[in-house]
Amino acid sequence: MSKNPEFVKFDKVDKSYDGKVLVVKDLQLDIAEGEFITMLGPSGSGKTTCLMMLAGFETPTHGEILLDGNIISNIPPHKRGIGMVFQNYALFPHMTVYENLAFPLRVRKVEKDEIDKKVDKALSMVSLGGFETRMPAQLSGGQQQRVAVARALVFDPAVVLMDEPLGALDKNLRESMQYEIKHIHESIGVTVVYVTHDQSEALTMSNRIAVFNDGKVQQLSNPAELYEKPVNSFVAEFIGENNTFNGEVVDIDKDKCKVKLANSEILANPISVKSKGEKTTVSLRPERALINPTDKMDNMFTGNIEEVIYHGDHTRVRLNLLGSSEFILKVPNSTSNLELNVSQDINIGWNSVDARALDPK
Amino acid sequence: MSSETKQILTTDGIPLEVSLKKAEKKNKIRAFLLVAPLLLFLAITYIFPIGEMFMRSVDDRMVTNMLPKTFKAMEKWENLEELPSEEVYRAFYEDYKLLVENQQHGKLGQRLNKEKNGFNTITKKLFRQIKRKKIDESASLKEQINKIHKRWRNVEFWQAIKRTAPPYTAAKYLKGVDMYLAADGSIAQVDEDRRIHRILWLRTLEIAFFVTLFCFFMGYPIAHLLATLPMKYSNLLMICVLLPFWTSLLVRTASWMILLQQQGIVNDFFVMIGLVADDNRPEMMYNKVGTYVAMTQILLPFMVLPLYSVMKTISPSLMRAGKSLGGTPFVAFWKVYFPLTIPGIGAGCLLVFILAIGYYITPALVGGASGTLISNQIAFHMKTTLDWSFASAMGLMLLTGVLVIYWIYNKLVGVDNIKLG
Repeated sequence: MSKNPEFVKFDKVDKSYDGKVLVVKDLQLDIAEGEFITMLGPSGSGKTTCLMMLAGFETPTHGEILLDGNIISNIPPHKRGIGMVFQNYALFPHMTVYENLAFPLRVRKVEKDEIDKKVDKALSMVSLGGFETRMPAQLSGGQQQRVAVARALVFDPAVVLMDEPLGALDKNLRESMQYEIKHIHESIGVTVVYVTHDQSEALTMSNRIAVFNDGKVQQLSNPAELYEKPVNSFVAEFIGENNTFNGEVVDIDKDKCKVKLANSEILANPISVKSKGEKTTVSLRPERALINPTDKMDNMFTGNIEEVIYHGDHTRVRLNLLGSSEFILKVPNSTSNLELNVSQDINIGWNSVDARALDPK
Repeated sequence: MSSETKQILTTDGIPLEVSLKKAEKKNKIRAFLLVAPLLLFLAITYIFPIGEMFMRSVDDRMVTNMLPKTFKAMEKWENLEELPSEEVYRAFYEDYKLLVENQQHGKLGQRLNKEKNGFNTITKKLFRQIKRKKIDESASLKEQINKIHKRWRNVEFWQAIKRTAPPYTAAKYLKGVDMYLAADGSIAQVDEDRRIHRILWLRTLEIAFFVTLFCFFMGYPIAHLLATLPMKYSNLLMICVLLPFWTSLLVRTASWMILLQQQGIVNDFFVMIGLVADDNRPEMMYNKVGTYVAMTQILLPFMVLPLYSVMKTISPSLMRAGKSLGGTPFVAFWKVYFPLTIPGIGAGCLLVFILAIGYYITPALVGGASGTLISNQIAFHMKTTLDWSFASAMGLMLLTGVLVIYWIYNKLVGVDNIKLG
């Protein structure tokens, strides 16, 4: 069975709630069958609106949404056959776990034996076998979450939407649930559209990530590319940590450019700058800058340590470098730990290929 | 766990429980003192009056205190089908003479007349004989009294006196359901054409039931709108719901009178749209229709508010979940939303029903003859006939009825499921 690369398709979708502001602008997005795609973005960026339009709770102001080639804008939510996991789980508090899971099957007039079988299977999939008679209030947050996932999957929907499903869980539970959801996705191969504002969640789970800002998809690519090669300064800023320098391009050739800062010059990788005189924001991941580099690097500077913060597995060092006192370094915790003290001068180096000259902020 | 778990001691060697109680004691006293004024207030304004009402409704000590010797002598009166002995006659004579001296005999006559018609006449005759000193106390009093009037020779009148002997009586309660204590001590029904109370009770229940039903069907959508509309509209709607609350009950009832009367606005409108002929305007007031309309409007907020407070807590994502899982909007409502509003429905219905069952002013003003309730009858006995003990008895029956309804409700729905806010 060949996978449909345009299983879900947003075709030039606009959405406005008040007729004045576009919450979603000209959205063009294809989701392949069986893919785990995450919509990532700050709150108010339009990602949840996209999900709600796909689920049928909001209608696009303009454009069409297609599911498996069919326009679904006029199909009511209950006929779309799309499973959904809500932010606060939305388990029916007056029904047992079994009844919650049986609900989508009962409304589809599935036979009792079949319901029992499917509920059993779905519950064992989220390792909650034996919890059938519990009420949702008797479950912990993580268990409720798993019931919600099982309920969204029990009627074998083609697409499952998840709207920040892990937002209410504590950090450890959230991480283990991330893996669990990822494994469920891998084992049953359902198409998942996942919405979150937590970038580490997005990076861990997804095949592809669509970074939303201001109603637009800023970048759509796989996690590694998104982190390593952000296409604009919003994505660079939003995904992971980032050191930035604002300056002006003074010299440019194919894969290198010279950027003039307030009182110095650095070499960078030209991504969205084309010519001399353009303003740019240079983005550099903290872990790509090294202390006292042994290899030859084409950017070498001396900075003054302003703050040292111990984080267990790594130490964060805030430096005053090239006139900016917000330069962050991540030093991994190892046996050969350096002596790092406040107001000490250290040598910092990085390769120009890691310093991406993006659009100005 | 083993039953012989060791008692836990604090570092001072005091058992933990004792220590805890000691520590909590101050808080408990403070909490009690804080609620003490309220408790006192409740005792004075609620428990005491209800107790007093109960006493009044069963109190029948007047005759008991007036005829102490008679009742003492009557204890030996065994064959109730025959006239009592000379001893009883003498005791009654002595009691009555004392009443005459204290000028209390009139009250006795009236009271006994209620028990048995025609009593007032024969006690007055006896009174005149005593006044004229025609009675020879040394001779047989039985013969002399029997001679005064033939009714004194009728054993039923003596039985009537004996019936008033117990200091407490349930007669008022029986009267409340159109029954009475017959001469032979059994409970009998009053004549069919005089059974007014039972009709009133049934009508009260009927009107309360339908008013509750109307309030529910009108209040549910309003409460739902209130809970789901955006803030700026829901606030406005909330004011509309509460506005009647801020208006005097009398004003509201009076405005319904203006609207519903035969030359009123509603009838004018019906005539205008040609629904009814001008000379055949329907009677919408001074009957059940008026009571239904006005009471439903007045009690509506009591239904809307508990429903609203429950609906506000129901997350909109539950309905969405229901729909996204494949339920039609109706199924999602009926299987998901509606069951979750049951606590509010219970609270609202109970509140409206209990208020409706004891409603007074509105039925009194717009109810006419066919739209009045039991509380109007209570008020009638309080103010017009001055039969306070009967009014108390009916009031208590109403209170008991409400408690019974509450009990049934608790059995059916469970009081913990009520949510008032």
